[in-house]
Order: sequence, then structure tokens, then C-alpha cells
Amino acid sequence: MPSSTIAVADTDLEMFDAGDGAPVLFLHGCDGFDPGHRYVARLCEKARLLAPSHPGFGRSTLPDWITEVDDIAYIYLALLDHLQLDVVDMVACSFGGWIAAEMATKAPRRFRKIVLSAPVGVKTGPTDHLDIPDIFAMPEEQLAALMFHDPAKGRLDVAALSDEQLAIRLRNRESLALLTWEPYMHNPKLRHRLHRVDCPVLFLRGASDGLVSDDYLRRYAALLPDARCDSIPAAGHASEIEQPDAFVARIAAFLAASTGA
Amino acid sequence: MKAWHFSENAYHYLPPRETYDSIRVTLPNRIYDPEKGAALYDRFLDEWLVAEEEGMGIMLNEHHQTATCVDPAAPLMLAALARLTKHARLLILGNPIANRRQPVRVAEEMAMIDILSRGRLECGFVRGVPYEISAANSNPVRSNERHWEALDLIIKAWTTHDGPFSHEGRFFHHRMINIWPRPYQQPHPPIWISTTSPSGAARVGTRGYVQATFLTGFDGTRAVFDAYRRGWRGAGLGEHVPAHRLAYSALVYTADNEAAAKAGAEKLLWYVTSNKVPRHFANPPGYVPTSANLAMLRGAEHPLSAFARGASVEAAIEGGFMFAGTPDQVLRQIRKLYSHVGGFGHLLIMGQAGFLEHDETVAGIRHFARHVYPALQEEFPDTALTFDAPAAQRVGVGVA
Repeated sequence: MPSSTIAVADTDLEMFDAGDGAPVLFLHGCDGFDPGHRYVARLCEKARLLAPSHPGFGRSTLPDWITEVDDIAYIYLALLDHLQLDVVDMVACSFGGWIAAEMATKAPRRFRKIVLSAPVGVKTGPTDHLDIPDIFAMPEEQLAALMFHDPAKGRLDVAALSDEQLAIRLRNRESLALLTWEPYMHNPKLRHRLHRVDCPVLFLRGASDGLVSDDYLRRYAALLPDARCDSIPAAGHASEIEQPDAFVARIAAFLAASTGA
Repeated sequence: MKAWHFSENAYHYLPPRETYDSIRVTLPNRIYDPEKGAALYDRFLDEWLVAEEEGMGIMLNEHHQTATCVDPAAPLMLAALARLTKHARLLILGNPIANRRQPVRVAEEMAMIDILSRGRLECGFVRGVPYEISAANSNPVRSNERHWEALDLIIKAWTTHDGPFSHEGRFFHHRMINIWPRPYQQPHPPIWISTTSPSGAARVGTRGYVQATFLTGFDGTRAVFDAYRRGWRGAGLGEHVPAHRLAYSALVYTADNEAAAKAGAEKLLWYVTSNKVPRHFANPPGYVPTSANLAMLRGAEHPLSAFARGASVEAAIEGGFMFAGTPDQVLRQIRKLYSHVGGFGHLLIMGQAGFLEHDETVAGIRHFARHVYPALQEEFPDTALTFDAPAAQRVGVGVA
């Protein structure tokens, strides 16, 4: 398995590194990184895929001082230094999209192109309505219905998972709560910083995503100078899992194009 | 042994249980009738005054966004009690300091109560049950660490008398801390902590605070008290833990005949059976350790949850969650738990719940106070030492 541990800023990061080609930093979503998913192999056919598990996710450590997504953005910029990668493409999903957006505002010159799939991280809607439904205040079945085009894919087969796999899932959830609880799923500052991200950015969402709405995606994209939106049919929040071929095709076309278009 | 009358100030005029998903967090407050609520406050205050009249202590707690306990600002109720009562010790158990944004404000509130009551405050602190997390918008992760930082800051605010100090901690920041008033009791009011987990109790034991545990039954309570004793000894506080350092809370109903006792006890079960809460509120991520969540996914269940499904007075007594019956029966039940857990010095009596009417509640308080409490005080004096149950039972010691 092409996984290793890299120590950056007193965090031990579990790191997946495979494939040939131009480097793509991949930032996973809420449920952590599973190299067994089809989209991983497909992306590796086209690029060198560098996928860290976020601090507190997978087998990455979570130092006490980490309390915000912003902290992870700095760790990952240091990771790029460590890997001696000056400029990369970045593909990020959901919660990972928030980290990616933070990174890009801090070091916009380090990214050639960015794909944000169902990203969270900004607040653009009214005060009395959550932009992202409260995933911590609903039954699992309801969450699965919002997350997946086919909610059956959201069912957790506890018996089929080892204790270690289950413990990782539980810890992922705990780390997600730590980092997204308040302000819920966003950094109020981020929207005022996104103007700095002037590379081409593709905003993607699954057409059936019940968490990141089409409105949300468009309002988010409008905060960046060179962003466009696209959607993937028959996919929910995790389109990389539900429609891996369409997900990879959209990304490959965007990254390969001579301009961002 | 000291006995305390504890009432959660529940609002029990609810629609049928199947018409709502949760009695906590999301139950719409249109269900709450302010007139009925005002009458309930009067009634519950009166019941606390009966407890004082009967020589018992007064205990109250705080929950939020719930019909089970309409006392979301316990310090306000405590302020009323401080003026309405004259002698009773006033136990708040407790201040949910992991969910309070300003520990210094809590220190001020408690100092005020201590002054108002002329030193009758027993000041409890709790991390807060998991369903408080949403109501407080409080991060469930690292709440234990927040709790301890807040507690240390509160104690320092109470005990610093020479002008301002500052606190720049992991969770809380405050410059110019210099509270007025300072507490009446010196150096500060007695501190209580409630926890139902052995790991929490061990830490409380190292500090020597009063440790309370709620509805943990025979084995759960023993595990908590054993852990407290380990912490106490490990910190060099002495070989034996005095009984007045340990408290147990149970549902208690006493009457002069078994039928009346059973009828009252049945109504008290509401406290356990009414607690309909969906899992996403009952167990937010990070509130319990990953290992505990893993055990739950593999089928483990909290003893109280298992009990609540088939709750009966008999099962509650059998499990050590309830003491109910005639005075002799209640005394025997308490004695049995006492020897099983290694002794304790405070009995926190959940003496009102749900549909237990005022007259019934008062009758329960008076029967206990007049026909059980004197024997308890004689048999288990405040000077008693607790003991490691198995060995101590064999040699028949338990009271110093």
C-alpha cells in the first residue's frame, strides 16, 4: 500500500502517495480517505495523487492545539514545502474543500487549478437559516438521505467492519465535530479572503446533494474571481463515491484544459 | 448521613409520547403553558421548604430546553431559595461549566448566593449531560478539559483577594478578574462534582471534592466510589475516604403502607421513563471516548437505558436505582446499597417526578424525614469512613 507517515508541524500525517504525472493534492471529505474507492485508482491513472488524512482523521494524529480548519491549512502548506512541491493542482471534497479554500487564500500562487467538490466553509445565506443542514442534529437515516442519491449507500454495516475501522470512523466523526461545530461548517473570515484565489477553480456538486445546495455552490463560487460550477447527475454529497467515473472525467477535463474553461 | 430533597421541576403536562421525537432539545415550547408553569414553580419551591422544615438539605440542578427539568438558570432558583429558607444547606448540582462561556460569571453568581444565604451554599459543578450540548451550542469534543479549566479558574476567582489577576488558558481568557462579592464561606463553599464514570471519579478523588453519582445502581456506584478512593489515596489525601465525600442519588418514596409507597414509587419512575431522546442528541460525537462508542456499536448498552425499557418499581429497587416502601423497607434497601458500594455520606433524594402530586410529594418527604432519616443518621454518622466493599464486608467494619 503506498501509504506512509509524514511528520509536519508536530502532526504525524498518514499519507497516500501513488500514480504518475503532475502532482495533485487530494483532500478528503467528512468520512476520511479510503484508497479502496474506485475514484482513487482512476485519479492515479492520470496524476500523482497525494492524499493526506486530515489531523484527527484516519491514522493521522491530532495535536491539542488544533481547533480550527485554518490550523490544518497551515499544516498542509508546510506539507507542500516538505514534499518540495512549489505548485500543484488541488482536488478537495466537502470538508476537505473548506481546508483547500483556506490554503488557497493564504498561498494563492501555489495552486495551478483547484477543484472543489461539494465544499463547505463559507456562510452566504441568512442569519436564521443554516447554509448546511445540521448533520449533528439528525438521525443517521435522514443524514444518509441528504448525503446520497441512493441512501442505501449510506448504511453502515457494522458487522463487516473491524474494530480498528470502526474506531477510525468514530474518531473521524469526533474530529469533524471539533472542527466544524461553531461557527457551524464555516469560517466567517473566509468569504472575505477568497478574492485572493485567482487561479481557475471548478465548483462541483452531485445533483442530489442535500447538504450543499446549488444556491450555496453558486454563491460560494461567486466569491472567487475565476470560478465556474458544474454538477454530476445521480450523485449526492459524495459524488466521488457515487459516480466515480463522472467525477474523475470532470476533473480530468478541467485540469487538462489549456485554460480553466 | 445527610439527606437532600432534589426536584427537577419537571413540566409534565405533555402530549402523548408518540407525538414527539424528543422530550429534550426540540420539543416546541408552545406546549408550555406559562400559567401552569408559574403554579409549578410555586409548588416546587413549597416542597423544598417542606424539606427544610423536616431538617433535610435542598438540592437543585439545571437542564436546558427540556420538559424534564424547567430550571434552565438554576442560580436564579437558588437565589429565591436563599431568601425563602433560613437553615437548610443549598446544593446546586450543578453548574454546567463546560457549557458556560464565562466561568468568572459563574464564580460571581455563586459568591452572591453564598452571601445571600449567609454561607449555606454547597456548590456543585457538572460537565453536563450530552443532550445539553445542542442547547448550549457547546462543542462536545474536549468538554471535559473545558470543565476542569473552568473549575480551576472559578476557585481562583473565589480565593484571590488582593486585586485583579489574569487568565490566559486553553479555553478561557479573562483579564482583570476581581470578583465582588467574594464568597461568605472561607476559603470557598464546599465543592461537589457529579460524574457517573470511574475515570471522572478518580480525578475528582485526587482533589478531595464531594463526588456524587446518579442512578448508577449497585455495581456502577461501587465502580465510581472505588475509583474515587483510588484517586484520593493516590493524591496522598489519606488512607480512608470520609463518607461525607461521597453522595448517591436515587429515586426515593416512603409511605406508611406498601400500597401507598408503591403508588408513589410508580409515579417517580416517570423520571426515567419519560426521557425520550434520539441518539444524535443523547450521544454527540466526542462526548464519550471512541472506545465507549465502539463498544456501543458492538451492542453495549447503558444499564439505565436497559432498565428504562422495562421499568418497574421492583426492577428499580433490585437495581439500586430506587428505595421505596415502608420506612423499614427503605432503610433495609439503603443499608444494602451502602454496604455494597463501601458507604457514602449523602443521599440525594429524587423525591418528585412527573405526576407525583404535591400532597403525595410532601407525604413522601415527611415519611422519609420522620421515619427513615433519624435511623440513617444514627447508623451512618457523618464521621463514618468509607471502605473497600468486599474485604470490609467480610470483617464487618464500615463505620469508624
